[in-house]
Amino acid sequence: MARRITTTRRITVTAAGWLVGFLIFFPILWMVLTSFKTELDAFSTPPQFLFFHWTTENYAIVQTRSDYVHHAMNSIILALGSTLVCLVVGIPAAWSMAFAPTERTRQTLLWMLSTKMMPAVGVLIPIYLLFRDTGLLDTHVGLIFIEFMANLPIVIWMLYTYFKEIPKDILEAARMDGATIGKELVFVLAPMAVPGIASTVLLNIILAWNEAFWTLNLTTVSAAPLTAFIASYSSPEGLFWAKLSAASTLAIAPILVLGWFSQKQLVRGLTFGAVK
Amino acid sequence: MGKIELVGVEKTFGHVGVIKGVDLQVEDGEFVVFVGPSGCGKSTLLRLIAGLEDTTGGRILIDGVDVSDTPPAKRGLSMVFQSYALYPHMSVRSNIGFGLRMAGVPKEERNRKVEAAAAVLNLTAYLDRRPGQLSGGQRQRVAIGRAIVREPKAFLFDEPLSNLDAALRVNMRLEIARLQNSLGTTAIYVTHDQIEAMTLADKIVVLNAGKIEQVGSPLELYDHPANLFVAGFIGSPKMNLVSGAAARKHGAATIGVRPEHVSTSPTIGEWEGVVSVAEHVGSDTFLYVTVPDIGDITVRAVGELALKPGAKVFLTPDISRIHRFDRDGNAVRN
Amino acid sequence: MATRQTHILGRILVAPSIVLLFLWMIVPLGMTIWFSLLRYSLLDPGSESFVGLLNYQYFLTDPAFFTALANTLVLVGAVLAITVVGGVLIALLMDQPIFGRGIVRLMVIAPFFVMPTVSALVWKNLLMHPVSGLFAWVSKLFGLTPVDWFTDYPLLAIILIVSWQWLPFATLILLTALQSFDEEQKEAAQMDGTPPLAFFFLMILPHLARAITVVILIETIFLLSVFAEILVTTGGGPGLATTNIAFLVYAQALLQYDIGGASAGGIVAVVLANIVAIFLVRLVGKNLDA
Repeated sequence: MARRITTTRRITVTAAGWLVGFLIFFPILWMVLTSFKTELDAFSTPPQFLFFHWTTENYAIVQTRSDYVHHAMNSIILALGSTLVCLVVGIPAAWSMAFAPTERTRQTLLWMLSTKMMPAVGVLIPIYLLFRDTGLLDTHVGLIFIEFMANLPIVIWMLYTYFKEIPKDILEAARMDGATIGKELVFVLAPMAVPGIASTVLLNIILAWNEAFWTLNLTTVSAAPLTAFIASYSSPEGLFWAKLSAASTLAIAPILVLGWFSQKQLVRGLTFGAVK
Repeated sequence: MGKIELVGVEKTFGHVGVIKGVDLQVEDGEFVVFVGPSGCGKSTLLRLIAGLEDTTGGRILIDGVDVSDTPPAKRGLSMVFQSYALYPHMSVRSNIGFGLRMAGVPKEERNRKVEAAAAVLNLTAYLDRRPGQLSGGQRQRVAIGRAIVREPKAFLFDEPLSNLDAALRVNMRLEIARLQNSLGTTAIYVTHDQIEAMTLADKIVVLNAGKIEQVGSPLELYDHPANLFVAGFIGSPKMNLVSGAAARKHGAATIGVRPEHVSTSPTIGEWEGVVSVAEHVGSDTFLYVTVPDIGDITVRAVGELALKPGAKVFLTPDISRIHRFDRDGNAVRN
Repeated sequence: MATRQTHILGRILVAPSIVLLFLWMIVPLGMTIWFSLLRYSLLDPGSESFVGLLNYQYFLTDPAFFTALANTLVLVGAVLAITVVGGVLIALLMDQPIFGRGIVRLMVIAPFFVMPTVSALVWKNLLMHPVSGLFAWVSKLFGLTPVDWFTDYPLLAIILIVSWQWLPFATLILLTALQSFDEEQKEAAQMDGTPPLAFFFLMILPHLARAITVVILIETIFLLSVFAEILVTTGGGPGLATTNIAFLVYAQALLQYDIGGASAGGIVAVVLANIVAIFLVRLVGKNLDA
């Protein structure tokens, strides 16, 4: 190991690090604080930092308002549903490319990646019209399908990079041991790939939960997730800040927790394995 | 029973021929070693027999049945991989028993067989550990246990000892030999280490560039190499190969003489040279002698030989042990 | 390298993904191209007629297009500059022996997990509001006039919000790359007596070059289609001040119901994104071999 680090240096970088961290985190912190204020305190100048009348009434109101629960449910359905479909379609594809590659596998992978580069706005109109004509606008099925297609390339890529790390020998040993392809997947590959699959699931949930182009454009009420619900707070001024904060805090809390858990894997997923 | 026959087996990857027509007969209970330099196709040949790769041409027969299109699981062979390829998420017990489980063997019988195999391999105390908690030698034993428990027609070993340190390698080599002997199961063993080949094999198959150079017992190969390649590959230190005038004198394009078949003398001999390096390993002394017009000659002398680098020395090859090769590199039989 | 059987199975297993992604790409894109050649208004259904490249002519000569293009480029460029420079600096800091580094790290990456609509509204209402926002209060503390961000500097406001969201991404990736820097190289440089700044420019920065490229390319892909932040804060305004291409297409299609014109805009956006995509795909492809 390197030389001992001087105490002064340690204190300096610690102070700088915490300051930067605090500044970056501050908007979220401020939002959380505001969510515990009365609407009046939330709007007051000078702003109140800690010594205000702490209340959880905003949460109570947000929770009891049926539409919050409804939209939260939509977010959960969307995130889990699209993730599930992604796994069902993506795991076999990733298996195939990692363990039975052909000369075209490389190109296929890059092509899949390139579909992710298509700006959503380029296909918004036909998708919107197709959805309108088939009655998929503002439905769970329609939205799950869109998020599934949008995230499938990332899911396949991530799974592919994880599967590639599993030694081929072990799968061959299973084959010698008499395992069929199905058993090989269930008894050998899946247990070994659990960490990779788990982080893929996490990333996909995060992406689907926060996606705000399709959800805003293709939903109105019945299938609208939290992204769209929060957006509906954009017009009224002032008086709803505390409630907006409470709703926002609830909307981001689960994802923040998931994200913190999966930060390492996130890098790989978001860079298509280009940075590990 | 475990008789394996290869008839004109070929394998190409894309346009590259890796195995170029191999015919071979492996008798039941025989220990056959494939040896050759890296890239000679020996591992590919083993994988073709295992069914992990498809043949491009030719047939593979096990006990007279053509298995060329049979998936690996149905060939009744078991394989020990270079990396051991243990299932990291299973206990040693489950690792060894996995093949039986896949075959639908009832749990009690499975346990009995796994424990029997573990007893043979001194693994009983480790049955409930994970591979990650074992040493290299123990992992190797688990891999072997996994292979024997299924009572296969033949064992396939793909350089199983190359990840072990030198001391352990010798032990495991003995153990594998003993095991195969007592089980009497056919074994095919791939290695690039000719010492392993010499010590283990009933029959050695020397492969080079996807073709068989020679098949025979270790001593046949040592005493009667069929060509220059085998002559140079089998034996350590390597056989001295001399061409030019010195070879023509013995009626050959190239002659070969093993280091132990060259005698030294301070005063008289066929070739005169200068010692460049002398290695003393106790029981033997290896001399590297530079002979003008001929090249470097390696000499193996029994016991200690007090020759220093720079000393002048006369060498004489044992005329009865000289190997003669023609211009194509094939041995000239007397 | 495997047997025919596994190859056939492999093809069967990969087929659904390929077919679905292919349809997903080709059908809507084909329709967009087709629509872009039509006079097609949702207000007047049934009156579609083929007009060739007229929509492109209108779209590309519309001053709104140039404003939107300029806004898009400024937005992408500014956010990239802020996040890459900031990301490198913060990553360097985070690589230091900070007490409680794990917690600091969590705080730094948090904004990335905040959904765009939430971050936009929090910034707009709680921080940038000209009367009750925190920034206004801070300005007054220093005796300055509070800035009315969304009236006076709307694009800058959006840039700040989007930068805040993407700074963690850049930091996280650059930090990961930084941590793979060879410790022995560092020690060798110390032995050579390399001064810190030279060390940074001669050793660290080249080491980070690849990661920086990746950050730039991936962010560009996402930043070209920033949408939610604009929709909930400014609605593209005032005037066209914060309208980017993505928002312009949206407005043309779903607010003005001009499908033909919007489709032409959509194709322009696709072309722009593809220019970046080519570089990214190449970079990733190169990495695939390594």
